[in-house]
Amino acid sequence: MLTVEAVSSAYGRIIALREVSLEVKAGEIVALVGSNGAGKTTLLRTLSGVQPIKGGRILFEGAPIERLEPHLRVVRGISQSPEGRQVFGPLSVEDNLRLGAYRRQDAGMRGRLDHVFALFPVLAEKRRIAAMSLSGGQQQMLAIGRALMAAPKLLLLDEPSLGLAPLLVDQILAAVRALRAEGITVLLVEQNASAALAIADRGYVLETGRVVMEGSGAALLGDPKVRAAYLGP
Amino acid sequence: MSEFLQLVFSGLTVGAIYALIALGFTLIYNASDVINFAQGDFVMIGGMATVFLMSAGLALPLAALIAVVAAVAVGLLLHRLAIEPARGASPVTLIMITIGASIFIKGMAQIVFDKQFHSLPAFSGDAPIPVGGATLLPQSLWVLGTTLGLVVALYLFLEHTLSGKALLATAANRLAARLVGINVTLILAMAFGLSAAIGALAGVVATPITLTRYDIGTLFALKGFAAAMLGGMGNPVGAVVGGLLIGLLETFGAGYVSSTYKDAVAFLMILFVLFFLPRGLFGGRSVERV
Ligand SMILES: Nc1ncnc2c1ncn2[C@@H]1O[C@H](COP(=O)(O)OP(=O)(O)OP(=O)(O)O)[C@@H](O)[C@H]1O
Ligand SMILES: [Mg+2]
Repeated sequence: MLTVEAVSSAYGRIIALREVSLEVKAGEIVALVGSNGAGKTTLLRTLSGVQPIKGGRILFEGAPIERLEPHLRVVRGISQSPEGRQVFGPLSVEDNLRLGAYRRQDAGMRGRLDHVFALFPVLAEKRRIAAMSLSGGQQQMLAIGRALMAAPKLLLLDEPSLGLAPLLVDQILAAVRALRAEGITVLLVEQNASAALAIADRGYVLETGRVVMEGSGAALLGDPKVRAAYLGP
Repeated sequence: MSEFLQLVFSGLTVGAIYALIALGFTLIYNASDVINFAQGDFVMIGGMATVFLMSAGLALPLAALIAVVAAVAVGLLLHRLAIEPARGASPVTLIMITIGASIFIKGMAQIVFDKQFHSLPAFSGDAPIPVGGATLLPQSLWVLGTTLGLVVALYLFLEHTLSGKALLATAANRLAARLVGINVTLILAMAFGLSAAIGALAGVVATPITLTRYDIGTLFALKGFAAAMLGGMGNPVGAVVGGLLIGLLETFGAGYVSSTYKDAVAFLMILFVLFFLPRGLFGGRSVERV
């Protein structure tokens, strides 16, 4: 579904991605793990088109998309729940969700809204409340829900569990698994590598802008080097 | 008492015009962080184009309509030719660009129009309407009514249409707006077009009262900017209240103190807000000191 070929990207003179290649097949959950500053967020931003690409190609369903404007990538079926939630603070929860469907104002929107409310019932309770007055965990759910409103084929999730209580982390990861069961392909970025690899079909380890390891979720979880570097003793 | 009421009427009338200009600042600032100092020139284009089209024989409604369309075209061109190519530049650079654009528009206006002061006949005559011992000019009602109508229309647009919501979303979080698929370039163009239309309409209804000339935009931009700052840059309610307050302060200052310093009121207000109230009365996003 998604093929990333030797993608490079930089912030001014700071090179953040060095010829990163990876693949996400339809129906998979792929985890992207790596320590602080490895380039995980930069890769997702490059995939969505909000970060300029310096070299390489991005193929989505066989077509190159690396020159497309961000909104056209949403139209193609890629949507992202960004790092740090980035909700529309002054707007209501429901408006946030409806804007998630900005490029898909179709008959299915009502159903998707109900679906998001079923996935995260607390959002239904707070639908009229300004997004900025939600708790961190609720904002995270809103960011994911907003990304789902676009009815994506490929969902990019950047650190959905960051700063959340363990119970909420489990809830979010259960939601991610439920999404895959519905046929949504997921590229999941996590610092919480053990949790991410546990639910992933496959994973990649990113280090200072390069892919240094790849394998099935289980194999990476069991790899002594991965354990030493990212999972603690 | 009647003198007081008279000043209130005139203060609210000019204040309403400042409010519309401040709304123009607010729209563009929210969509892009750009403070568009060419905002006052839209007012000039609205007034001047109506004057010249009417003297060419067109009826007021048609002349006004064409004038507004012309201002919108100038607004869109300003965005396309001056703002968009500088995408990503610092706010200070963008402000410089709008100041340059403003000078350019004034230069063009001298050529397309002329350098004289012009007025328009009042839309519904000049017979003053007595109210509580003071009098209200029918044109003041036009100004206040147009302002009210535009504020309501803008509110309905922002709160009840998808494009309006997209503009609010872009103002709230540009990155998230791009990620949900909003074309922020288009939204910004829309903000310039809307601001130009609002400014031009203000110019049409104000001209019978304030007169107009190619360079009148500078003063209007100053007043509108002061109003937007006072209300809190980026806050539409603040823009309207700020506009009315500046209008009232200015008129009362001129009425009770001296009209010599009338235009200094707005300038002093800008300094006051910068030093003591950087987020304005209604808490906008604070403006970087430039
Ligand atoms: N806006 C920016 N300007 C300059 N450099 C940046 C910027 N954002 C990220 N970087 C640099 O790019 C590199 C990759 O950062 P990135 O945010 O992609 O890492 P990450 O893997 O997502 O890290 P984290 O786990 O902390 O979220 C880092 O060296 C970082 O310092
Ligand atoms: Mg990151």
